[in-house]
Amino acid sequence: MADTLTPARPPDTRRPKAGKLTRQDGAAHVFMAPWLIGLVAVTALPMFASLYLAFTDYNILSSPTWVGTENFERLVGDDRFWSAAGVTVTYVLVSVPLQLAFALALALILDKGLRGLAIYRSAYYLPSLLGTSVAVAVLWKQIFGFDGLINQALALVGIEGQNWLQNPDTALGTLIVLNAWTFGSPMVIFLAGLRQIPEELYEASRVDGASILRQFASITIPLLTPIIFFNLILQTIGSFQAFTQAHVISSGTGGPVDSTLFYTLYIYQQAFVNFDMGYASALAWVLMVVIAIITAVHFTLSKRWVFYGD
Amino acid sequence: MTAPTLDSRRSPSTPGDPPERTVLPSVRRVRRRNSILRHSGLILFGLFMLYPLAWMAVSAFKPGYLVLTDPSLIPTELTLENFRNGWYVGNLSFLVFFGNSFVVAGSAIIGNLISCSLTAYALARLNFRARKVYFGIVLASVMLPMHATMIPQYIIFSELDLVNTFIPLVLPKFLATDAFFIFLMVQFIRGIPRELDQAAFVDGAGPFRTFWYIILPLMKPALITTTIFTFIWTWNDFFGQLIYLTDTSVYTVPIALNALVDSQSNQGVGTLMAMSLLSLVPILCFFAFAQKYLIRGIATTGLK
Repeated sequence: MADTLTPARPPDTRRPKAGKLTRQDGAAHVFMAPWLIGLVAVTALPMFASLYLAFTDYNILSSPTWVGTENFERLVGDDRFWSAAGVTVTYVLVSVPLQLAFALALALILDKGLRGLAIYRSAYYLPSLLGTSVAVAVLWKQIFGFDGLINQALALVGIEGQNWLQNPDTALGTLIVLNAWTFGSPMVIFLAGLRQIPEELYEASRVDGASILRQFASITIPLLTPIIFFNLILQTIGSFQAFTQAHVISSGTGGPVDSTLFYTLYIYQQAFVNFDMGYASALAWVLMVVIAIITAVHFTLSKRWVFYGD
Repeated sequence: MTAPTLDSRRSPSTPGDPPERTVLPSVRRVRRRNSILRHSGLILFGLFMLYPLAWMAVSAFKPGYLVLTDPSLIPTELTLENFRNGWYVGNLSFLVFFGNSFVVAGSAIIGNLISCSLTAYALARLNFRARKVYFGIVLASVMLPMHATMIPQYIIFSELDLVNTFIPLVLPKFLATDAFFIFLMVQFIRGIPRELDQAAFVDGAGPFRTFWYIILPLMKPALITTTIFTFIWTWNDFFGQLIYLTDTSVYTVPIALNALVDSQSNQGVGTLMAMSLLSLVPILCFFAFAQKYLIRGIATTGLK
């Protein structure tokens, strides 16, 4: 707004040099004001408050009391914490590779100048758009229920189904399938990446007599590693924070026998069902540190396998 | 198969003969067969993927007793009974919940558009101290899980007596907490030729005028992408709305749907499918209209 008050500078035809440009600190901070306020009030302060709360006992009604590292000690002996961690790690380790493998395979099939690409891409992408909704979680509950579609289909081939969601051995599997079903969004990113690979490389290698497999291993995959890495980071971080599906399918319990107790679901239960805000904060901080470490490890390891062209 | 589609990559100007001209008829026949095989495979797989959604849509219109006994997609009997049964949660109708969801999503969109574009413009174009540091903070906050801040945030809003209002869900958007969109817009503005705003500057326009008259109109694709993704994320959001909205009168669609699932009364599967289907209609409409932008947005930014 300040600009309307400053008098117009005389027209200057010389190209201004970057270093000579007047500093715009004031204007910049006016533009960034909303974000700066948000950064302090909605992100930074709550973050530190959350760290503080992790060392307190707090139930919202009475004021927090400092308990030192008690929450973290309690964590170590808490069976549900360990099962939540186990469920979440299993989910991430199985569902992320599965989803990315689907995404890459379909992207490769769709890549080669295919008629009707736009239609396939949209159809395969649609589940990604709906996948985190309550509606699809409700749908999944029906499909894998005892009378659900899966068992009806199995009955057609003479196999007697079971209640997939009531069985602790299979309940998590249904959520992994749900996640794999949403491979469309990494697929679209893979497709965009494949399009960046110069056709000349393939032509040159064809001249040299390289087989399709050889081309895939020596051209496609190496040039695609930045995209694979990007998708891997994105899906890993996202999967650690999965919540909706597990909450809806288990009616908020994480059952049966905690087999779908995602870590975020456990935080939710402690914070907003038991109102054990101190303990929940400790849980949240553990999650944040774990995600930060895993992301850092990903980035460190990426130097060995991600190939950035020049 | 060899005919280039609009979407096929590589420039059409690539020199060289179209392969068709030199291939033998038998080779062409093999190619055609391969192409048919590939398309059949892709179509089958697509149908398999979309089957659950189709089943949901059909079940919504089937009478209750048929939903679980007849898996076919061709209903023998049609009814709207499921929609009637699910329409009310408590004594409020889904009309209220849809209204609430639209208010929340609409406000979130306005908030994100204003706050993120202002910040992005400053970061991309203004010359100020510690610009890189600020940008680094934006990138770091993209990766920060919401769980690190959500408990104190809840406590603050609860102290301010704002639980069961839309403010906890909407206010952060006006404060640019969805940092991903700042990043997206910065990247976009960097693609706009600098000469344009430099010329405006030279002509005496200040930063605000330059932003409003030059940059903002050119940012339209980035603004559209932001609008679409904010809508979809907010519409699908469950966690935030579950925490803050506990009175039926402020329920949004996902919360109402969840309540319907949990309700003790014997909701038939058909009813659940009917209301689930309804809850997806706005997203499906958005998808139908904005598909092009959506795919482009996700391809360039990795949003989903």
